[in-house]
Amino acid sequence: MSAPVHVPRHSNAPPAVPFTPPPIRRRKRRGPAWLAGFLLVSPSLILIGVFVYGFLGWNVRVSFTNWRGLSPSYHFVGIDNYTRLLHDERWHADVRNLVVFTFVFVGGALLLGFVMAMLLDKGVRGEGFLRGVFLFPMAISFIATAIVWRWLLDNGSGDDTAGLNKLFAVAGLDFLRSDWHKSDSIWAIAAVALPAGWALSGYVMALFLAGMRGVPEALRESARLDGASETQVFWHVVRPALRPVTFSAMLIMIHISLKTFDLLYALDQGNLRIDTPSLYMWFTTFDGGFYDRGATIATVLLIGVALVVGPYVWYALRTERR
Amino acid sequence: MWKGRLAIISLLVVSLLSGLSMLTVGGASDDQLEVYSWWTGPGEEEGLAAMAEAFEAANPGIRFVNAAVSGGAGSNAKAILASRLLANDPPDSYQRHAGLELLDDVRSGKVQDLTSLYEEQGWGKVFPKGLLDNLTIDGKIYAVPVNIHRANLIWYNPRTLRDLGIPGPPKTWAEFLDQAATIKGKGKVPLAVGPEWTQKHLMETVLLGELGADSYERLFSGDLRWTSTEVKSALDVFGKVLDASDVKSAAGEWQLQLDRIVEGSAVYAVMGDWSSSYLEQAKKLQWKEGYDVATSPGTDGVYDFLSDSFTLPTGVRSPDLSRKWLIECGSAAGQNLFNPLKGSIPARTDAPADLYRGYLGWTLQQWRDPKTRIVGSLAHGVVANNAYNAEIDSALGLYVQHGDLGKFASTVQQQFQETR
Repeated sequence: MSAPVHVPRHSNAPPAVPFTPPPIRRRKRRGPAWLAGFLLVSPSLILIGVFVYGFLGWNVRVSFTNWRGLSPSYHFVGIDNYTRLLHDERWHADVRNLVVFTFVFVGGALLLGFVMAMLLDKGVRGEGFLRGVFLFPMAISFIATAIVWRWLLDNGSGDDTAGLNKLFAVAGLDFLRSDWHKSDSIWAIAAVALPAGWALSGYVMALFLAGMRGVPEALRESARLDGASETQVFWHVVRPALRPVTFSAMLIMIHISLKTFDLLYALDQGNLRIDTPSLYMWFTTFDGGFYDRGATIATVLLIGVALVVGPYVWYALRTERR
Repeated sequence: MWKGRLAIISLLVVSLLSGLSMLTVGGASDDQLEVYSWWTGPGEEEGLAAMAEAFEAANPGIRFVNAAVSGGAGSNAKAILASRLLANDPPDSYQRHAGLELLDDVRSGKVQDLTSLYEEQGWGKVFPKGLLDNLTIDGKIYAVPVNIHRANLIWYNPRTLRDLGIPGPPKTWAEFLDQAATIKGKGKVPLAVGPEWTQKHLMETVLLGELGADSYERLFSGDLRWTSTEVKSALDVFGKVLDASDVKSAAGEWQLQLDRIVEGSAVYAVMGDWSSSYLEQAKKLQWKEGYDVATSPGTDGVYDFLSDSFTLPTGVRSPDLSRKWLIECGSAAGQNLFNPLKGSIPARTDAPADLYRGYLGWTLQQWRDPKTRIVGSLAHGVVANNAYNAEIDSALGLYVQHGDLGKFASTVQQQFQETR
């Protein structure tokens, strides 16, 4: 930090010469060059090593045991827990639900976020305000979101009608009435994509908007000079530039979707129509004491997330090296 | 420059201070008693505070530390408690539902045998035998019950019945199904249900009503199979009852479930008697006027109970202090401090009864009637251990979707074998 040199306005005295410190004599290096850096990162390396990777390993270990209840058992039972999970009816339903939820939620959030970003990018009055409006739902915790949407997605009939269904009834759109997440269809969990998408599409919008703003105006200008229509500019100039953003947004959304817990937990506890592996993991571990099964589900989820994040890391490394 | 230093110093101070406060929380001292519960709701919180005050007055110099955790009808508290017990860092006493909910703790050696305390205090004579039988695990008792709740109750709004021309609540589930047809014809919901656990609660009362107390107890002790024709026909009735309910648009909370009765859009609800304090305090309704209650169909003379109880964990700092707390929990005075506030009745049969009026007076009289048959609740942890209960949750949740009772019965039977 260097303070601005003060020059008195009505003074004939020469301006003060900034003081230049004599060059510091370079101290003799102790130890190799990488050591200082290594020491600097070592606290976080150790903490992450123990509290993330250490416990990951421990969890995987528990998934190969028969630990039930409050007395830990590390008796090795091979892949018994995994085969049992394969034959678990609730697990089947959970995986199906998770796949449906991920498709609808990620697809919906990306599409909605993209459209919102495009509209904002075209230049709207009060863009700052609208950006805030779209982003705000993300600031609300999933638990609060779920409590609000529990009412919005109410499926009572007659006098008990509430929420969106009531809105539809008032607006004369009765045919839109839905049982939402309580319907008998296997798509019931898709209704939960509404609150999830509501909460996170603003975030996707922000990502896309940043991506669109990152495209230099000069590129668009030159395309226009070459006679490209606005659609062509978008398709041939902006779209390719957005590919990395789309990729990151998709991965972030997918891994959020795989881990979604609080939203579903608070929305309708114990309703197996919207049960997912993460909920099953919690209930079986802490209500039933099936630590072995809980650890197995956690491990499978970890592998699932790794399969999603892995390609991303690989892609990021590849582009950085370029 | 100064700003940077100031920031660093303030960061240091904050981290030091937060570290200090953690030290005081975790610090062990002999002059305090840490009691772990999930009593954070209206009424029960005041009841616990009243007991704590009495305990501190009787034991000068001892501080009562309330380590209550709220949320999820105790499920959040149970998860945190499990991690503390696994880390061998138990509170000085913790809450569990009386009965097999404690089985895992007993088998893992997390709680101490209290049989001698029962003898010393003469509790064997003041608690009903049916309660003591359900408290006993492998011949020993590990918990002190503070209160009694009743599960086999059907709640209704007398005005709705009058409007519909129904003379009174059903005496059997067959009669209920008859009434249900009439009620549906008039555009109302015969039975309101709530989240999954209230559906399990309903199943328990249907089983109890259809099987009778003896077969109900044999079913949970394993002498009667879920796949037997007797149980299957009872489950069949449960299926029909569920069809007559609003399970497709079930309320998200038990309070909202009862609200449908109060408002008159639904006619009946099966729920435990924590409903009475909700209806009287939050809804300002009078027993017999704004709301009424009867034993659930087919369970006249049977008391399907659940009870909050406290334990003596293994490895507490001062077992004597914990024992003093348990004596307070088991005393007539302590139970009469807590229960009128919580809206439950004392487990002891000799606690003065004049504090309990309205619904509570009615149910207290039945609890103390020696002719009453006492059985334990499934949904509230008396007759099934945690693992079995959690597996029933899964099976029931799937049943509500696929509707295949045979599959449900065989799954539960198999889970009984695997989790016993």
